[in-house]
Amino acid sequence: MASTVARLPDAQLEPLARAYKDALAAKQRQILIGIATLVVALFVAGYMAEVRIGEFLRHIDRFPTYIVRLFFLDTGASVFTDIGEWFWGWKHWLKLLVETMLIAYTGTFLGALAAFVLSFVISANLSRTAWLRISVKRFLEFCRTVPELVFALIFVVAFGLGPVPGVLAIAIHTMGALGKQFSEVVENIDMKPVEGITATGATWWETVRFAAVPQVLSNFASYALLRFEINVRGAAVMGFVGAGGIGQDLIEAIRKFYNSDVSAILILIIVAVMLIDLGTERLRHALLGKERS
Amino acid sequence: MLKIRGLSKRFGQKAAVDDVTLDIPAGSFIGVIGRSGAGKSTLLRMINRLIDASDGSIQFGDVDVTRLKGQALRDWRSDCAMIFQQFNLVGRLDVLTNVLTGRLNHVPSWQALLKLWSADDKAIALAALDQFDMGQLAAQRTDSLSGGQQQRVAIARALVQEPKMILADEPIASLDPRNTRLVMDALLRINRHYGITVLCNLHSLELARGYCDRLIGMAAGKVVFDGLPGELTEDVARELYGLEAGDVMDDAAPPVLVPGMAPEIAQLIQA
Repeated sequence: MASTVARLPDAQLEPLARAYKDALAAKQRQILIGIATLVVALFVAGYMAEVRIGEFLRHIDRFPTYIVRLFFLDTGASVFTDIGEWFWGWKHWLKLLVETMLIAYTGTFLGALAAFVLSFVISANLSRTAWLRISVKRFLEFCRTVPELVFALIFVVAFGLGPVPGVLAIAIHTMGALGKQFSEVVENIDMKPVEGITATGATWWETVRFAAVPQVLSNFASYALLRFEINVRGAAVMGFVGAGGIGQDLIEAIRKFYNSDVSAILILIIVAVMLIDLGTERLRHALLGKERS
Repeated sequence: MLKIRGLSKRFGQKAAVDDVTLDIPAGSFIGVIGRSGAGKSTLLRMINRLIDASDGSIQFGDVDVTRLKGQALRDWRSDCAMIFQQFNLVGRLDVLTNVLTGRLNHVPSWQALLKLWSADDKAIALAALDQFDMGQLAAQRTDSLSGGQQQRVAIARALVQEPKMILADEPIASLDPRNTRLVMDALLRINRHYGITVLCNLHSLELARGYCDRLIGMAAGKVVFDGLPGELTEDVARELYGLEAGDVMDDAAPPVLVPGMAPEIAQLIQA
């Protein structure tokens, strides 16, 4: 076979090959050092956090047996022998599931609304008051670093049991998380329209309304839908602390060893979350598709 | 009458506009010429306060423009409408809404934010569009329009501001020769019909000579020429463009061919 590359004589080839090998070796050394650091850090972390591998291995059999036990009725029969008995409480559970969705929906809606307004205030390209921008940014940071369940606990103490604390907890966390994502979208907009609208003598909010909002709307909607997916999962455990929804029944079933109820409720949650995921994914793709055209 | 006194703008160490003093009488059509980077754009942006001056003052009647704030500043911006090289329209809004944004300073904020335009405002905007034969495009998405059409939308937006003055920052730099004529003619008509002062940055000397009553030449942030178009001799032009890069002008046969100008416009000048 005729070659289009003339083979170099060894004397010429050797220095090139060696330089390449050396460069490669340096890179490999770096990677090895990186891996070693990672492994050492892992052991240190495990030691400090008292992660005992022995303990874990000794009881590892309990994990699958628990899962298996979830699929047996109190009578000892497999749940699949009597589906009606397995899902005996479906009417009640579906009601709670709907409540969970509504908690997620209302929380996402309120949080997204607040995030929408605040994202323009904290975006570096539009903000005109540094102290306001920084303080709102810190506030949103606080809102998204405190876990939802902690907020929910606090609100349960304040407002009592029920869905209201759940909605508030999710709304606050959503505001923090979406506020940051929204502001990053705003920071990527084309600034020429902003200049154009400013030059007409528009106020800051008018400039936001006419120059920024049209550019970010579809991205905002897509992020809000993604957050809704996440919040449905979050709302499912709100009941653990008494903040409404199906979590309340789930934690009770777990604590009182109503094994078949645990599996039934889990399956309902998983199916519901999957359906929501599929739906919102379609919607988001439709939105982004519209965006590109 | 706009009085500019000792106006400067420094970005770090570099002075983009350096101690500029000018009088702009009402109703005139003034061209600001010079190479790109000469400070023309910065000068215009300081006049409507998109950029704040580092030094000096701008006086309009008895108003000190450089000190305006809040509503007074927005009123001033509305009074001196700006037209941009890249049009700076909102591509995702329809044409009429883009024109209507020129009314923002005339409309209560809550109405504007809800897009509750009055029938009167819509009539004004449609009339402005129709003036440039664009009335039938009112409902189109703005980014589906050609460059020339978009610039005419931008001029319509400027007009509905009911300005006393129009600042045009290289309005034809991204347009083809036919649209260049259309846009420059539109600016001239606005100037002659309504007596609105036009201050227009131009790259092309030939266009500047053809349209303007008076030319201001800038180089390295300073005003190096101020006079009638007729006074701008080849020598002055050579000096103006040569200050920054003398060698670029040497082999450019007719001095009206500005280095870096779009080839279409160069052809137009030669034709």
